[in-house]
Amino acid sequence: MESITGLILAKYNYWMYISLMMIGLYAMIAKNNLVKKIIGMNILQTAIILFYISIGAKKGATIPIIMHSEGHGHEAVHAVQYMNPLPHVLMLTAIVVSVATLGVALALAIRLYARFGTLEEDEINDQIREAP
Amino acid sequence: MLCCWGMLVHATLDFPGWGDPNAPAHLHVAPEYLEQAYEETATPNVVTAVLADYRGYDTMFETAVIFSAGLACFFLLRVQPRKEEEEDRFFRHLATDMVIRIRTPSMHVPDSPYLQQLDPYWTPRSLIVRAACRVLTPFIQLFALYVVAHGHHSPGGGFQGGVILGASFILIALSHDLRTSMKMTPEKLMGVLSPAGVLIYAGVGALCVVAGHNFLDYGALAEWLGTAPEAARSLGILFVEVGVAVCVMATMIIIYANLSSAGGYKQGL
Repeated sequence: MESITGLILAKYNYWMYISLMMIGLYAMIAKNNLVKKIIGMNILQTAIILFYISIGAKKGATIPIIMHSEGHGHEAVHAVQYMNPLPHVLMLTAIVVSVATLGVALALAIRLYARFGTLEEDEINDQIREAP
Repeated sequence: MLCCWGMLVHATLDFPGWGDPNAPAHLHVAPEYLEQAYEETATPNVVTAVLADYRGYDTMFETAVIFSAGLACFFLLRVQPRKEEEEDRFFRHLATDMVIRIRTPSMHVPDSPYLQQLDPYWTPRSLIVRAACRVLTPFIQLFALYVVAHGHHSPGGGFQGGVILGASFILIALSHDLRTSMKMTPEKLMGVLSPAGVLIYAGVGALCVVAGHNFLDYGALAEWLGTAPEAARSLGILFVEVGVAVCVMATMIIIYANLSSAGGYKQGL
């Protein structure tokens, strides 16, 4: 019993991100509306960002900003005391990419709506097939 | 989907537990960054040091990605208004509250302090919202500048500060209207600032080449700045972050203005 609780405590955050990721993936695959697909894509990206950030966590560690001690110089840094900065750096750039893709996706959706008058995927497909 | 979920959950059983200090992710290159970043770059915030110095190339092209996203939105959506297009324009005389409608497309209405151009779907905005946003905006911008300038010592940096700065102008656009905000941040100026940010970043890198070091090796700037190489790295990171912030701010405004008005820049949200 003890081990099961320990297992859940050690892993439940990963399971949350996997659930979020699957929600996003489901929305991207199964939804008919393009805006819902875009929202699904964003949920997927957010799940991956959360996953990486949780990898960077360390028990008993503080944020990766080296404390300076005024007066008596700088003490040696022990990596155990600070969280892993690499996932934060990688995800900072991933957030940027997600904003960029979101902007371009929404712009494309606006163009599609102006051209076809609808954002439902099957209706757009019908209109493309009927066109000579 | 459930099957995929089950497989991924099963895979997590092999993962190290959450917060385990001995997880493989913490054992290879990360400790070296943590232990050496302060000595090598004089930047207490290791995230900023890794972002702008050790992984400077990555961040430079990240800025280029932002710029090209703004460019893509602009080219996809921006439409120049046709001259002969017949459209109604509405003006409100501020003193008498009378509204004038002008149908002649060729008729030029000069900017006048007594007339206010209205959007066809204009609805009166709440005075409280407008006043509150106008008071808040300078403080948001001050905070954004703090986030950019203090990115070495506290959480922050160019991307975050740039987004906050852009959001302050978007707040004006939301609380007033798009036209008011585009007067503060003219389209052409934003179109110049967005590539200028990328150029500031690449220019700092090129300066390092001129000084005889590698591209984006900020230690090269030490001679010109008259500081130790570590402090020069810290300053180099600051210059680069300013470039990032300028690019991100301009691109956020471009993307918002294009998306909210579908490229017409006439009436946004």
